[in-house]
Amino acid sequence: MLSRTAANLYWMGRYLERADFTARLIEATQRLAALPSSYGGAGNAWESALAATWMTQAYAARGLPLDELSVSTFLTLDTDNPSSIRSCLDTARANARSVRTALTEEGWEAINTAWLEVSRFGHALDGREALGPLLELVKHAISAFEGAAQRTMLRGDAFWFINLGAAIERADNSARLLDVKYHLLLPRGESVGGSLDYFQWTTILRTVSAMTAYRWVYRESVKPWLVADLLILNRQIPRSLASCYDEILRHLDLLASVTGKRGPAHRLASAGHARLAQGNIDAIFSGGLHQFLTKFISDNNRLGEAVAEQYLF
Amino acid sequence: MAAATAFDEMYGLGAASAEGDVSLAYRSIQAWLQDSPPELMAARRRQAELFFRRIGITFAVYGDPDAAERLIPFDIVPRILARSEWDRLELGLKQRVNALNAFLADVYGAQEILRAGVVPSELVLQNPGYCVHMAGRKPPGGIWTHIAGIDLVRTGPDDFYVLEDNARTPSGVSYMLENREVMLKLVPELFDRVKVAPVETYPEKLLEALASVSPRQARGSAAPVCVLLTPGRHNSAFYEHSFLADKLGIELVEGSDLFVRDDVVYMRTTEGPERVDVIYRRLDDDFIDPLVFNPASMLGVPGLMAAYHAGNVTLANAVGTGVADDKAIYSYMPDIVRFYMGEEPILKNVPTWRCREPEALGYVLDHLAELVVKEVDGSGGYGMLIGPHAPQATLAAFAAKLKAMPEKFIAQPTLALSTCPTATDAGIAARHVDLRPFVLTGSNGVQIVPGGLTRVAMTPGSLVVNSSQGGGTKDTWVVDD
Repeated sequence: MLSRTAANLYWMGRYLERADFTARLIEATQRLAALPSSYGGAGNAWESALAATWMTQAYAARGLPLDELSVSTFLTLDTDNPSSIRSCLDTARANARSVRTALTEEGWEAINTAWLEVSRFGHALDGREALGPLLELVKHAISAFEGAAQRTMLRGDAFWFINLGAAIERADNSARLLDVKYHLLLPRGESVGGSLDYFQWTTILRTVSAMTAYRWVYRESVKPWLVADLLILNRQIPRSLASCYDEILRHLDLLASVTGKRGPAHRLASAGHARLAQGNIDAIFSGGLHQFLTKFISDNNRLGEAVAEQYLF
Repeated sequence: MAAATAFDEMYGLGAASAEGDVSLAYRSIQAWLQDSPPELMAARRRQAELFFRRIGITFAVYGDPDAAERLIPFDIVPRILARSEWDRLELGLKQRVNALNAFLADVYGAQEILRAGVVPSELVLQNPGYCVHMAGRKPPGGIWTHIAGIDLVRTGPDDFYVLEDNARTPSGVSYMLENREVMLKLVPELFDRVKVAPVETYPEKLLEALASVSPRQARGSAAPVCVLLTPGRHNSAFYEHSFLADKLGIELVEGSDLFVRDDVVYMRTTEGPERVDVIYRRLDDDFIDPLVFNPASMLGVPGLMAAYHAGNVTLANAVGTGVADDKAIYSYMPDIVRFYMGEEPILKNVPTWRCREPEALGYVLDHLAELVVKEVDGSGGYGMLIGPHAPQATLAAFAAKLKAMPEKFIAQPTLALSTCPTATDAGIAARHVDLRPFVLTGSNGVQIVPGGLTRVAMTPGSLVVNSSQGGGTKDTWVVDD
């Protein structure tokens, strides 16, 4: 496969995943911001949404207010924000268009349709009412693409590069989401385990659609270390770091089976996979969750670079 | 000349006045049109547009940012050619493309036609389309134009004229293929009534032709590696490039995906460099190698011409074919056919005044309001004057251009292009059409898929069928008589 094609597919996978994550994050933030303050309705919910996408500084530079409409426009339709949902879909479609031969007709049509429909919302939200339908649309569109890819694509390098990109991006997003909670959400003086804390942790679970899963797995009330355990170490949750690294390693192995090549990306992925497999949540908390996540995010970035290097992007 | 005097392919001369005399080939179509109430036709037209929009068959119009991705209007009434009509066209097309290839081999080789005085030397050797880097070269199989698009117009039951030869990188074949796919989805019942010759073998025939000219045969190793070289997704025909690469099952490459080492072309893959044998390039000569041609080109591959000259890679079409589709050379085509084929041309040429000749220029200036004037190296309908439809001021401006640079122009009579029934907002109406069949030449011979791209001028009375100027397309059916 052409290296450029591989790079385009890999980044397409990442951008689609990012668009999906952003949509889910905004939905969860809406819930959090809507809570009365006695239940922990945090005034800084929208700020935390920006932090989770690492957009705090870029947003501050715009001098816009920290309210729902401004922040969610910035995260959804603002084409000057390279990580907004619309920018992600623009890039994903442009990538898909330049490698159309690597996609099936249905896969391409799913991306093209998503792009057409999101473009119809323009560059700014008309009002709060537009937000719900937009987010629903995005989540459906990404699912439609994944379904089309799953059902129609050859099981070959094109399919694996898309999935590899998506898994690396998903790992990054999950880690950032957890990290934001850990050191930004809790106001000074608020006790760990208080009601504010409770709603913030459940928000995280909702963002990744894992609230029910949590109940099934732990059968007890929401505890920070269990949420972290679920999202870091639990292999049953598709967005957990451990699951993402299962996926990453699996797709790198599949790619190696075609190219016969193993390289730095394999070494880094195997090391990361092993750390998560042997990890234990008590040890992670005692060493500091923030430290753990920061290191994870930077290792994950290094893995992304190693993939580019190994496959000559 | 307006629609009233044009030959209608369904009703014959005199158009709608003689409804009884529907040509044999069109009988089923006429019945189908009569059976379809206007609402049904409107619904089918909407459905067709939806198909095209979803598949993403769009083209870009240069200099029109709002229409960065536009659909070419598609007309759901097919254009019919009887098998007997097609058979004759096919013979004529083969003869013409064989003559074009012989002409190219000759002007870059022995130059016999120039020495015989059939075509003036300076017209060939000083032609902007003549590539000095190709003089004395012989591409594999002696084939220069592997893919040719010959534009035909019809003026009467047996009168087909060649309007233009496209010997460089003709486009539009994806519409021929997609139009058929859409028609099959849209009106399957019509295909039960009418037996239509399939066009879907085109990609296979194209791949055969490309593989047949691979230099790898000489090296005696495995299947040749063919690629399609595109200028990229901002090119107006990018959709077609990706479509064809997909159908052919070959890589769609950009210049930066290729590199040359020791006069061998490789593509950059995830598994390292892979050798390339044949490049179906959809990039103009000027851009393919910045070391030889336009040094500012970012689209090409440095060293490609050296690899080409070393015989390590085949380019399709060959470099330098532009000299054959120059419109001043076109005027000599009947003589060129006689010279190489030793037979009378089967397809007619439109009478052409070469404005470089003072007498012709005088005639053209005197009759400007009746003529069509074209730039010798123009395409896409740009820079063209249609005398009968032009206001006085435009005529005057064009006359000035002609006097300043007569050698840049040719003139032809305004032909009464044939019309075909076409679905419009106001119901079925006659619109002018042309036809571009695609002619493939490989070491395995010349092949033509029955049909081609029919372009239709959607504006009433208009003779301009180019998609860049608002023209549409139709599916073209070759049906047994």
